[in-house]
Amino acid sequence: MKLKLISAFGAALLLAACGGGDHKGATTGNGNVSQGPSVSGPVPGSQADLVANVGDRVFFEFNSNKLTDDARATLNRQADWLKKYPNVQVMIAGNCDDRGTEEYNIALGSRRANAARDYLVSLGVASDRMTTISYGKDKPIAEGDNEEAWSQNRNATTSVR
Amino acid sequence: MRSIISDQDADILREVLIPRRKILYGCMASGIMMTPLSSVFAQQQAGADEIMVDRARNEPIPIVIPNFGLGNGSVLTKVLTDDLNNTGLFRVISSTSPTSTPDFTSYKVMGARAIVTGSEVNGRVEFRLWNALTGEQMQGTAYSISASGSMGEDIRRVAHMIGDVIYERLLGDKGYFNTRIAYVAQTGRRSEPTKRLAIIDYDGANSRILTGGRWLVLTPRFSPVSNQIAFMSYVNNRPRVYLFNLQSGQQRILGDFSGISFAPRFSPDGRSVVMSVTRGAGSDLYSVDLGSGSKHQLTNSGAIDTSPCYSPDGSQIVFSSDRGGRQQLYIMSASGGGAHRISYGNGSYAGPVWSPRGDLIAFVRIGGSGFSLGVMAPDGTGERILTQGFTVESPTFCLNGRVLAFCNQSAAGSRGSGFSSSIKMIDVTGFHERSIPTSTMAMDPSWSSGNS
Repeated sequence: MKLKLISAFGAALLLAACGGGDHKGATTGNGNVSQGPSVSGPVPGSQADLVANVGDRVFFEFNSNKLTDDARATLNRQADWLKKYPNVQVMIAGNCDDRGTEEYNIALGSRRANAARDYLVSLGVASDRMTTISYGKDKPIAEGDNEEAWSQNRNATTSVR
Repeated sequence: MRSIISDQDADILREVLIPRRKILYGCMASGIMMTPLSSVFAQQQAGADEIMVDRARNEPIPIVIPNFGLGNGSVLTKVLTDDLNNTGLFRVISSTSPTSTPDFTSYKVMGARAIVTGSEVNGRVEFRLWNALTGEQMQGTAYSISASGSMGEDIRRVAHMIGDVIYERLLGDKGYFNTRIAYVAQTGRRSEPTKRLAIIDYDGANSRILTGGRWLVLTPRFSPVSNQIAFMSYVNNRPRVYLFNLQSGQQRILGDFSGISFAPRFSPDGRSVVMSVTRGAGSDLYSVDLGSGSKHQLTNSGAIDTSPCYSPDGSQIVFSSDRGGRQQLYIMSASGGGAHRISYGNGSYAGPVWSPRGDLIAFVRIGGSGFSLGVMAPDGTGERILTQGFTVESPTFCLNGRVLAFCNQSAAGSRGSGFSSSIKMIDVTGFHERSIPTSTMAMDPSWSSGNS
């Protein structure tokens, strides 16, 4: 019975996709279209969905864990997204540029991850859905050494566990 | 300053079996037997039995080193020669003939102040040290390498032991040649590095990798007797301080806290490890007893308190904290409580380590021009910068406090090109900076105080 329903639903979607040539391959970035196997785009509630449609990363000033307006905007979207997918658990990793020592940057990265986590908690995301970690200066997403790279590397990055 | 240790001290040498344990699995019994050699030509000449070291320090002490033989003997000669030359305090004069009694007159003409004679035959090494000015034998020792061990490693070790004797007899400080350095070996992309725990002899020989590389490892720190390493590992994405036993190869969790534990450092008695533990926006210092596992909280500032290091007598701890804004160095009692600030220069100060002599604290200073490595007295006076670089950090003293090893990194171009990370050494005088060869990028050095 259940199986039949699903295959019927799938067939309907397939028909819709075939019928509407204009919509072929359209992504579901706004998240309000149910997805079947034939629709491309990130799986809702996945890491790819978070990266493509929400933003997984917030950035910080040098030696700071203060959330900028941009950071808050991204975290607001993350909070909405996390409420929409209540079964999703995330890890928030704090990262640093390499203009501090190894040991201090472990703590600074933790400070940044906690700042992002605490803000999400204040927006109503349950704290037990989130863990934090710090990689200090040991996982720089930008591998160069200049202001542009350093500003990329000072971040808190949310990933689906 | 006393320059030569008395012969009574030297004569204390009895037959001693130095246990030699293979690190990692499968301990093979082997050993190096050490026996004193009687003086061939010992005579006292009052008033003439000291080498004027203070004068000699301005220029290296000329010392004659013979060729100990072929094969193993030539390895010994090279390792010993490098040990002495690398200090910058000796100038080795090579000699072809290992004669039993040197021709003092001709060596004196060459300017030699000390003469070594000796040979290696089938794993038995004889070594004598002579004062070139007086003709007196200062030391005579025979080393027998047991056949069950690794001859290649043991011959290097005997060379380092002989070097340590020469260093101590001529300079009055313990030698640091028979020591090792624990470090983090890095491979792979800079953005997704593989980091493994590794150890090498102080001169870059006998490299060994200790961990598999699946998880990040950081900040290895030798125990005082050099048989254990405290380090930070990201196993199961739970970064914490672990203990690695070099005899058994076993690891165990040491910093079991709800926060991240990091920046470990052994107490001088080896009974506890002090470390940082993240909490909220900061990190607190704790000491963890190795026997009972009990934890004792030392700071509670709400700021980032980290990089703790004991004074050599174990009574105080120097650490860095940003409790006053920028990171500065503070000293407190080893049992915690109030701390007083000792660093006041421009920029921020981090990563302090206390010299085993007690007289200096080495630190990293970060300012407008990048990273500097410096030393100051424990009361904060006499700050001197020893070296600078794009990144110079993680200073670690050799056992006699005269030399620092540290991590030196270059700036990377786009996509990480040109990035390098290596271990360097520099005298606390600021002279004689040099690199230690490693097969991969290397960081986070920790210098052992022995070689168990």
